[in-house]
Amino acid sequence: MKIVVLWTDWVVLLVLLGTLAYGWKVMRQPHLAVTWRKAFNTATGTSAATVLAVFLVIGLLDSLHYRPAIAGKADAYATETRSVLDDILHHQQTGRERSYSAPLAYQGYEKEATVIDGQATRAYLRLQHGGAHLDQPEQQWAADVLLRTVAGVGLGLLLAAAATALAVLLLARKRRQGLGQAWRSLRRGQVGFPLRAVLLTLTVLAVLAGVMAMLATAYHVLGTDRVGNDLLYVVLKSIRTALVIGTMSTLVTMPIAVGLGICAGYLRGWVDEAIQYVYTVINSIPYVLLIAAVVLILMVFIDNHPDLFPTSAERTDARLFFLCIILGMTSWTELCRLIRGEVIKLREAEYIQAAQAFGVGTWRILSVHLLPNVMHLILISMVINFSGLVLAEAVLSYVGIGVDPSMQSFGTLINTARLELSREPTIWWTLATAFTFMFSLVLSANLFSDAIRDAFDPRATHK
Amino acid sequence: MMTYLVRRTLYSILVLAGINLVTFFLFFSVNTPDDMARLQLGGKRVAQEAVERWKAERGYDQPLYFNAQAGGVGKLTQTVFFESSAKLLRLDFGKTNENRNIGWELGNRIGPTLALAIPILLISVALSIILGLGLVFYRHTVLDTWGVVVLVGLMSTSSLFFIIMGQYLFAKLMVITPVSGFSPPPGMFKFLLLPVLVSVIAHLGPDTRLYRTLFLEELGKDYVRTARAKGVSEWAVLGRHVLRNSLIPIITSIGLLLPALLAGSILLETFFGIPGLGTFAVDGITSQDFSIVRAMVFFGSFLYVITYLLTDFAYAWSDPRVRLK
Amino acid sequence: MLQLDQLRTEIHSSQGIVVAVDGVSLAIQPGETFALVGESGSGKSVTALSISRLLPDNACIAAGDVRLDDASLADLPESEMRAYRGGRIAMIFQEPATSLNAVMSVGRQLVEAITTHTELRGEAARAKALDWLRRVGIAEPERRIDSYPFQLSGGQKQRVMIAMALATEPALLIADEPTTALDVTVQKQILDLLLDLQRERGMAMLLITHDLGVVSQVADRVGIMYAGELVELGSKAAFFAKPLHPYATRLLGALPDVDKRGHLLEAIAGSVPPLYQAFEGCRFAPRCYSATARCRGEIPPMYEMGGGHSVRCFAYAPEAAVPLVRPPLRDMGEGRAARQLGDQALLTVENLRVRFPIRSGLLQRVSGHVDAVHEVSFSLRPGETLALVGESGSGKTTTGKAILQLLRGTAVVDGQAMLGDIDLMRAGKAELKRARRQMQIIFQDPFGSLNPRMRVGEILAEGIQSLRPELDLAERRRRVDALLEQVSLPQSALTRFPHEFSGGQRQRIAIARALAVEPSLIVCDEPTSALDVSVQAQILNLLKELQQQLGVAYLFITHNIGVVEYLADRIAVMQAGRIVETGESASLLMSPRHDYTRTLLAAVPRVVVGEADTEVLLPA
Repeated sequence: MKIVVLWTDWVVLLVLLGTLAYGWKVMRQPHLAVTWRKAFNTATGTSAATVLAVFLVIGLLDSLHYRPAIAGKADAYATETRSVLDDILHHQQTGRERSYSAPLAYQGYEKEATVIDGQATRAYLRLQHGGAHLDQPEQQWAADVLLRTVAGVGLGLLLAAAATALAVLLLARKRRQGLGQAWRSLRRGQVGFPLRAVLLTLTVLAVLAGVMAMLATAYHVLGTDRVGNDLLYVVLKSIRTALVIGTMSTLVTMPIAVGLGICAGYLRGWVDEAIQYVYTVINSIPYVLLIAAVVLILMVFIDNHPDLFPTSAERTDARLFFLCIILGMTSWTELCRLIRGEVIKLREAEYIQAAQAFGVGTWRILSVHLLPNVMHLILISMVINFSGLVLAEAVLSYVGIGVDPSMQSFGTLINTARLELSREPTIWWTLATAFTFMFSLVLSANLFSDAIRDAFDPRATHK
Repeated sequence: MMTYLVRRTLYSILVLAGINLVTFFLFFSVNTPDDMARLQLGGKRVAQEAVERWKAERGYDQPLYFNAQAGGVGKLTQTVFFESSAKLLRLDFGKTNENRNIGWELGNRIGPTLALAIPILLISVALSIILGLGLVFYRHTVLDTWGVVVLVGLMSTSSLFFIIMGQYLFAKLMVITPVSGFSPPPGMFKFLLLPVLVSVIAHLGPDTRLYRTLFLEELGKDYVRTARAKGVSEWAVLGRHVLRNSLIPIITSIGLLLPALLAGSILLETFFGIPGLGTFAVDGITSQDFSIVRAMVFFGSFLYVITYLLTDFAYAWSDPRVRLK
Repeated sequence: MLQLDQLRTEIHSSQGIVVAVDGVSLAIQPGETFALVGESGSGKSVTALSISRLLPDNACIAAGDVRLDDASLADLPESEMRAYRGGRIAMIFQEPATSLNAVMSVGRQLVEAITTHTELRGEAARAKALDWLRRVGIAEPERRIDSYPFQLSGGQKQRVMIAMALATEPALLIADEPTTALDVTVQKQILDLLLDLQRERGMAMLLITHDLGVVSQVADRVGIMYAGELVELGSKAAFFAKPLHPYATRLLGALPDVDKRGHLLEAIAGSVPPLYQAFEGCRFAPRCYSATARCRGEIPPMYEMGGGHSVRCFAYAPEAAVPLVRPPLRDMGEGRAARQLGDQALLTVENLRVRFPIRSGLLQRVSGHVDAVHEVSFSLRPGETLALVGESGSGKTTTGKAILQLLRGTAVVDGQAMLGDIDLMRAGKAELKRARRQMQIIFQDPFGSLNPRMRVGEILAEGIQSLRPELDLAERRRRVDALLEQVSLPQSALTRFPHEFSGGQRQRIAIARALAVEPSLIVCDEPTSALDVSVQAQILNLLKELQQQLGVAYLFITHNIGVVEYLADRIAVMQAGRIVETGESASLLMSPRHDYTRTLLAAVPRVVVGEADTEVLLPA
């Protein structure tokens, strides 16, 4: 086995390390800790964070790439790059059908040409994997699905119960109470942290996951697409793309936005004029067209320099990477403008003047006095941008200037769904799947960003 | 105020020049004219003469930025940069790879795009303001709480779903509107109905929520307390005082809305088959026609700069502190 | 006419329910001026907003009643309440700059008030608006009626507010700190105008203020609020003749003025308790010298002392009264006499001129300059306090910043300033560093002057690190510890953040920061004007003591004449960027020579203690 770290994997790892480092810093700074506690103090915010965390875990599992060793040969590895998520979903990935099949179906969605009793005819054929274990599907199917669902619910509840028990145990230890008392205060929501909401969210997620897991061993839970791929697999793979785009685009360009914004606001004069001019120019180019132009130029560049990108995974990844950078380039102006405005206000603050009266150097004023005081803007803009970027990816991929068409993403998924909707008979499950997953991701991101904005923005009044 | 407006106008021209430079750099630095020629003429085995001929036809055979061979001013003017940039600034866009006049295409296509974009802008802003004021009037009630829930739901739904579902419901199931297509003015209405409706719904979530926030922020200010202390009714406080004062941030936000509108129109035009600027740009992208894409980038920016300028004018008009200076 | 009966107003905040007003009962008669006095957080403004039910969304009247004549305002439906608001009860607020709608002409705002409550419409309403603008003393009302608020000065805006409030001829005017944001000369004009109009119209006025001087000038009756409760209520004459509540006496003792120059002010230690708790005893007990176990364990009722004078204190209980203890008078010791003023000038400023560039035209080129400071000259000896007095816009703060070289790059500064042997205006980088070691600054806003993201220890060490890089870590820590000691803050403060401290404590931190590099001159830029009187006294005492111990000179920039009288050795009066008069403190205050100084001093509202004014007869 050979570990492969793609460009975007590096970024994902860096984001993870950065988040951990930031968390450590928050623990040590009481005012930050207080604000973060405030952000996690609302039931909606915390529940949304829980859902987001689940998405994040899926995305992380999909970011650990490797190339499996070819059996029997030393130092030889398969050309295909796999992720840990692929291993978990091995059954889904390999269990391909011939073409469309509805969720939980045991036979194809359309009649296919076949030979029955020596006669060429068209009939609904049994699927190769979905429901293949049933001898007489007409009679057994309903009972089997029901049984598996019940088992899945049971499994989910069991997991949730375990989590709740753990929470009660920890709570009781922390508060030095009896278990019964801890359970009662948890049930009444009197623990100073919306633990009840988190556990409820986890229960719902666990039940859903349990049912999915139980059914997925024998069926295509969400159906299959035109070439017979399991949709559950496709949509779970799309999550990483969305997450990478949502976080990376802001992160890549954040240093530019912050650096230029602070310099423009504090130094004023011609520096300010120049920086303002640059972002007005960039802001004046319609971002879709700018992205289109850059993607087009980039595609030509990649075509002309095949030596730089040997494998198709690397080409796809490079395109995703550059897409993030371009998306970031078009969105940094807003953050830069915000920071500039804030710094113009801050530079008149008396603590800045006090620092000047001590002859403190410009660099130190920028980094020690100004930067920490605009950090909340950066954080807010990051969480707000996240959902917008996920939505933008879908649109761009639809127009053909997003990620590589071979890459699983919500955009490519919707793109296929649209054509399928106009078919007869209508194929609805692709759209439903894409909608459900994308909606829950964006909704939880939106709710979480609201909670963060409420906690960090002193002027937040939108609730 | 006049000085302010004249200054904004001059600045806009300066910005256009900057855009010109940026687009030129993008299009001619990453890939050389040779690369472009090969791409158009097909593959790597194109003869060098064909490449040269292709370049000469387009005036790309000169040096990019600096012509050492020319004399005097010619050192700077006899370059690809000067030739193409100066033309762009005069709104001369050149020809497509199929030798169609881009300027003529743009002139034909701007009509449908505006026929789509202007109703969307006006209806969605007006509707969002009314809904926002309504939510603020019923603040701290169940209506407001659920209103916000619905808005967040709308915000979290990709506009692609609105388009797809709109077409499915209205055109396929109910057959009220055509699925797609376009016809000149008298018959235009029925083709525009669905895209406008879909787009307004897609804008409703983020806009209404933004305006609601703006109104709530204004409501906390001292002058609102003064108005209430005069005994003015709540609707008058909202309509006369809060709305007037919120106009300045609303105008700014409309300026920020325009990029989304243009992005949306590309999407809508391709979905609904409207022969506007959006479809033209997408055609250019799919056929990898650099001249079209570059012309569109510049023309799009040109439209932007003009609308930003209009925003500035509206801003100057709405704020007496600027108007009376 | 207006009667508050056990009014209780609650604010729902993140810390819990804050009872901002708790059991306030009072009555106001027609034609009477009732002053409700208190420091910040006392609940006086919330009381005013409760009367007209203009409370913010998270606050409500929880109990009690507000009666205006026969109507009970607390349970009136909102639509009927609107007829009272602006019609029978009018209000004016503290900030004229933000209280007017910026995008509506003042005429339209006035007409709106008139049409809401009278039958007048169109031209008639406009004529009435014009008439009122004339009556509140706006020059050229025909022109001004179409002006926007930004075109008017602060005083004119407040006049427009008054016109708007009175145009509907209300029976009661609630004025919430109407002059706090204004200069003292404008304050006098506005107060005179209000009193004239009140007399003319016979309306009642509820004046909310923190300024005992204003109360002493205009009120008929006084109510003192502390921590949401009314603690003393009486006629002005009786109150100022003999304030009863220990809080009231101490508050008067904390006011700086010329008579208290010799000794320290009576600062009230501690701060107002937070109001989200339930109280078991007297709310002032933790800060009171006389407090006993009874005060701490039992809630005192209002005791009627005769003549409408009542007080909430066990010292006045009919039986088992708690004995009153006078706070110890703190003398300056012999230090005052011993303070040596050097002969050599520490700072000499000659012909200082500060101009801010105006940019205009298409290219935003510098087309001219606004002169903020002209030809200002003065000198300061070591250990001396020179007060730079003036109203807003007089250039006093600009002068201070120009001397500290904080305007380099933003303004054109001419003239000469010598600090010892350093020519400040021409000092290079190294010399400037040397100069900065000798002069420091304390700012007005204790919340804005400390970086919220730095620990107190870091804030204090930053100056030493920058200006005394030769000191090692241990030495730096030793110094920081000593600084905290000097401003009486605990060592535990080092690792805490500014937001954990009260306004007064923050100002102590700011003073410690300025002292960190052992300067010989501190520019104090309105260091107490954002603070309550009792806290101001703490800070003034500290400044005075530090001057005793360290011999540091103060350039004290302020608009507060009381503070000047108390603290300054010499005074320079500034008007429109010029020093109009300079002199020894005593002689300048006793016999001002310049007209402006005279106007300024005459406009200061003074507390007249012990005056038994029998002429004020309360209408029954």
